[in-house]
Amino acid sequence: MNQLLRFTTAGSVDDGKSTLIGRLLYDSKSIFEDQLEAVEASSAKKGFDYVDLSLLTDGLKSEREQGITIDVAYRYFATPKRKFIIADTPGHIQYTRNMVTGASTANLALILIDARKGLVEQTYRHSFIASLLKIPHVIVCVNKMDLVDYQEEVFEKIVNDYKAFSSKLEIHDIQFVPISALAGDNVVNRSEKMDWYQGATLLHMLETVHIESDHNHIDSRFAVQYVVRPQTQSHQDFRGYAGRISGGIFRAGDEILVLPSGFTSKIKSIQVGEEVIEQAFAPMSVTITLEDEIDISRGDIIAKPNNHPQSEQDVDVMLCWMNQRAVNLNTKFFVRHTTKEVKGVLKEIQYKLDINSLQRLENVDQLTMNDIARVKIRTAQPLAFDSYRKNRITGSIILVDEGTNETVAAGMIV
Amino acid sequence: MSQYYLSHLKELESEAIFVIREVVAQFEKPALLFSGGKDSIVLAYLSRKAFYPARIPFPLVHIDTGHNFPETMEYRDWLVNELGVKLIVGSVQESIDKGRAKEETGFNASRNALQTVTLLDTIEQYKFDAAMGGARRDEEKARAKERFFSHRDEFGQWDPKNQRPELWNLFNGRKHQGEHFRVFPISNWTEMDVWQYIQSERIPIPKLYYAHQREVIERDGAILSTSPWLKLKPNEIPSIRTVRFRTCGDMPITGAVESTADTIEKIIEEVAASRKTERGTRADDKRSETAMEDRKKSGYF
Ligand SMILES: Nc1nc2c(ncn2[C@@H]2O[C@H](COP(=O)(O)OP(=O)(O)OP(=O)(O)O)[C@@H](O)[C@H]2O)c(=O)[nH]1
Ligand SMILES: [Mg+2]
Repeated sequence: MNQLLRFTTAGSVDDGKSTLIGRLLYDSKSIFEDQLEAVEASSAKKGFDYVDLSLLTDGLKSEREQGITIDVAYRYFATPKRKFIIADTPGHIQYTRNMVTGASTANLALILIDARKGLVEQTYRHSFIASLLKIPHVIVCVNKMDLVDYQEEVFEKIVNDYKAFSSKLEIHDIQFVPISALAGDNVVNRSEKMDWYQGATLLHMLETVHIESDHNHIDSRFAVQYVVRPQTQSHQDFRGYAGRISGGIFRAGDEILVLPSGFTSKIKSIQVGEEVIEQAFAPMSVTITLEDEIDISRGDIIAKPNNHPQSEQDVDVMLCWMNQRAVNLNTKFFVRHTTKEVKGVLKEIQYKLDINSLQRLENVDQLTMNDIARVKIRTAQPLAFDSYRKNRITGSIILVDEGTNETVAAGMIV
Repeated sequence: MSQYYLSHLKELESEAIFVIREVVAQFEKPALLFSGGKDSIVLAYLSRKAFYPARIPFPLVHIDTGHNFPETMEYRDWLVNELGVKLIVGSVQESIDKGRAKEETGFNASRNALQTVTLLDTIEQYKFDAAMGGARRDEEKARAKERFFSHRDEFGQWDPKNQRPELWNLFNGRKHQGEHFRVFPISNWTEMDVWQYIQSERIPIPKLYYAHQREVIERDGAILSTSPWLKLKPNEIPSIRTVRFRTCGDMPITGAVESTADTIEKIIEEVAASRKTERGTRADDKRSETAMEDRKKSGYF
């Protein structure tokens, strides 16, 4: 059985994220001839004397013109050990929302640092976002080692600086690797220029990082997505609740509790298509039937009587504001949480964070693009939620602008 | 390994089913764009799983260039019957007859680009507010940038520089009147995943995908099937070769590969050993470096 690892890149503009992904794909032989020919041709057209591997992921016209990444590119490769989904994200601060998009579903983040520059503001910002998003694993890649004569001291200093900073964050699993994305050192193949480095190559780390316990298999949660009612001759009375398990285990015969109604029942059957299964766990998409006919609709949460989320109208959230337009207190939105949409209002801004120092700035009444703040949101109907720490699915929300319909903020419930 | 762990195929299946159900829950009039190719076939089978034992609650929409492989049409009609789903056909020929689209001329003429007109007209005519497609991010560099829920303005256009953030699995399908969404449930699948899924689910596929004998010519390195729509140059002499197709598109521009793979197992072996992408055989992508992005911006699949 092949496991799937989703990872994302992060770091400042030009630290070499896209080049690294190109290198990883190239050295793991995941590039096809016609793709390589196309990239060689574009590099030559630009007058480069080397093959610019970042062109493998920077697929948009404006990205290729400017040599920067604007939006996330998804890439795929497999080794005999794992399948990988890569989100290559932009380093430019203007496109932080796209970085957050790529990072939100990742189990692992590669944080790149230019060996010549060391830690810069975007390193802090992206590391902080990775910790807020509770990405369970981080690999810090100190890149462009070729430009600092592959010196151990440069690597060690950056490792120490990063450790000092990250001790203030909640990242539990951090590894470090010195690389050159351009020359390929320690990406797939071991570097011959850094004898002093005894650790693993980046690919080896990606293949072996322990991801089995990344899902929550303790607290059973199931958000109803859609009610299946065939109303055909052969399935007259079938009423199934379709959705994706967001945590814990559900088994036929289990007692369940429905929120917000508080009704209880028992699971009659669980199925995936025609196949009836005994148990379901995250992230499976299933259809559940119950013993009793109770009123359940999209947005309701099915949990267990002795372990269920809280159901409230006041939600404390760490919010990333992602829109050019600033937001003030008492602004109204649509709040999306699991499969539910309700109206909500920004009631209070408790503090805003200074990314560099992680200091709390109080008495703030407006948030501008890329601000990260602790806020209170009041919703029109109760939401049944967990803390994001407990469950990334039942603990996350987005805010949608009522006028433009844009997704303007991402929130992690505290 | 923990017993509560899904294989990568099961995880991709679960993600796709989640997205398909989200579409039905969030939109009033969704549709599935069905090309007859393996990706849209997989999408149709995933849709069946998503709503079983109910029927698929949306129609299949086929944008018919009129230049189809007969095998594709035969399969389409069989599948519609098998799944008990409604079929809607948007005809490129009709768009041309009505003067909405203009036929290309010359040796490499293709109706591929014209499909955009018919597609947007069909979406408007039936007032579809979400059109699901089987496009995958690994196919092409512009597709690698696409969201699951991809917003289209009232002219059907994609704005790649200004896409909505898409966080976790919270898909935002809110839109204004006249706008619509394109949704790509199998975004994260690779060509190999699709084949492995077809194998593990025993999904029937059109005969075109298996090695067979066919009359072909070779043009600019591509092997093209002869057909009433392929204008031959004087030096092009058709010959019979054993080939198969990796994608099924418009007949005059879809290249074949020489192959003896006549079972799914052999196809998978061949895909694993292949050094070229599946779209490497499609003339429509070779027109310029940003051919796909340009077509997508104006409303293509
Ligand atoms: N010498 C050297 N140059 C590198 C290395 N890695 C990347 N570069 C160069 O750094 C420049 C920026 O690389 P990109 O890969 O585009 O950087 P990025 O981090 O993806 O940038 P954004 O996506 O725009 O944030 C390019 O000119 C690369 O060739 C390296 O290891 N050594
Ligand atoms: Mg980049």
